[in-house]
Amino acid sequence: MATDLTAAITRVHQQEWARVVAGLTRRFGDLDIAEDAAAEAFATAVERWPADGVPPNPGGWLTTTATRKALDRIRREAQRDTKHQAALMISDDTPHVANGPIDDDRLRLVFTCCHPALAPEARIALTLRMIGGLTVAQIAHAFLVQETTMAQRITRAKAKIRAAHIPYRVPSTADIQERVTAVLAVVYLIFDEGYLAGEGDDALRVDLSDEAIRLGRLLRNLLPDDGEVTGLLALMLLTDARRAARVSRTGELVTLADQDRGAWNRSLIAEGHALVRERLSAVAAGGPAPGRFQLQAAMNAVHTAAPDARDTDWSQIVALYDRLVAIDPSPVVRLNRAVAIAELDGPAVALAQVDRLGEWLEGYHAFHVTRADLLRRLHRSEEARTAYDRAIELAGNPAERAYLSRRRDELR
Amino acid sequence: MARYLMSVFGPTEPAEFGPYDSKEEVLQSFADTGAFNDKLQREGYFVFANGLEPATTATTVDGRGDKPVITDGPYLEAKEHLGGFWVIEAPDLDVALALAAQGSKACGNTVEVRPFHTEESFDAMLNGD
Repeated sequence: MATDLTAAITRVHQQEWARVVAGLTRRFGDLDIAEDAAAEAFATAVERWPADGVPPNPGGWLTTTATRKALDRIRREAQRDTKHQAALMISDDTPHVANGPIDDDRLRLVFTCCHPALAPEARIALTLRMIGGLTVAQIAHAFLVQETTMAQRITRAKAKIRAAHIPYRVPSTADIQERVTAVLAVVYLIFDEGYLAGEGDDALRVDLSDEAIRLGRLLRNLLPDDGEVTGLLALMLLTDARRAARVSRTGELVTLADQDRGAWNRSLIAEGHALVRERLSAVAAGGPAPGRFQLQAAMNAVHTAAPDARDTDWSQIVALYDRLVAIDPSPVVRLNRAVAIAELDGPAVALAQVDRLGEWLEGYHAFHVTRADLLRRLHRSEEARTAYDRAIELAGNPAERAYLSRRRDELR
Repeated sequence: MARYLMSVFGPTEPAEFGPYDSKEEVLQSFADTGAFNDKLQREGYFVFANGLEPATTATTVDGRGDKPVITDGPYLEAKEHLGGFWVIEAPDLDVALALAAQGSKACGNTVEVRPFHTEESFDAMLNGD
């Protein structure tokens, strides 16, 4: 198949998958039918388009083809069990009523996949499958579980949606805030999963970050006025912009201060900064106070605005952390604030704050990484070495272990 | 409309006033639960509701063999047991969960929401879907 045709089909798949699945879900009220029919329609496209060419309206073609596949399946099942679904076969008479603040099939599907009655890992898997269009094998691979395990997780979630009548709709205005938070948490977890382990030869985890950003763009498209939606997208863009500089050629993690800023992706940074500016003006114009994603995006905007690590405006970062601590006083947030304090007020002040968090964070590797670094800067080498040892023991990925081991061995 | 069982769980060996600190609080929860039942009836969700005697009063019967085996006590050994339930009809799970939250607050216990089998789900099971 010609490369440009493959690229075209990939692009159509990315752009149209969620729309096709979501439209079919509305019409047939069943995630299984929608997903299978959409998958069959894309398979047909891969067969036909090389000979027939990409149709002028690929989305429409796919929806029509998928609808036909779904009707075929329902007819087959109806013969097996005659009472069923006859009415559905005639025409699409489901009204396109807005039963939530925003009327878009894809948005309804996102809220269905991220329903609080589903386990968090099921929400992630369903979102990646139904909205992202990843195969079950890809999702299983990304989360390091057996394909059968992932297939079961998705099947069980879909069965619960059907049996428990989890509604296919955007929540009411009263509930939407809380439910959007759950949706954003899922998208951010997907991003993080791809980003944290984004090094090495496993390309699929990078795909996860890309997928999360694509979901973030879709959500912003659907909910342009939600500040946290915009904040999350900006945060992901500004984080992802540094991807190429995060790992050295020898596979070692490179911290923000030491990254080659020339390797950062300038267009992602520009896009992220524009989104952060948009939120700043909205807040300045009397909009609601920024939530955690907007604050984190703003911090990343401060970092990425500095031409050199030494130019970082740490007082801004600390001020943003103060606001974050006000809405989330968790030990992890306070630990991150202490890292910024070290730059502003020195390592001794920061260490005193960090040591107060040991009670909660003893098992958290970033706690020991931070302590090790502060102790090193205070020339307390013996204690620093012990802290590095503990951090290496707890660190999850090889790039980080390599970095920490070198830092430890450099101590004298 | 879908039919849901909302089960209320509580400790097998209840404290003197159950999950409450005083007799007054117990009476208040009875009143709140009664008001919640009235609301379910008024708004058309109510099918049936009742409380159960403690699990220690249960008897378990296995009638699958030649003659039934009768055992004193509940089917499962557990620290918490079913203490009462509502059967409701609601358009979807969001409505059922909102009602369960009100019921839980009224009676002072955790509530499990579970859909009943339907003709469709039974068909699906028989057809191996």
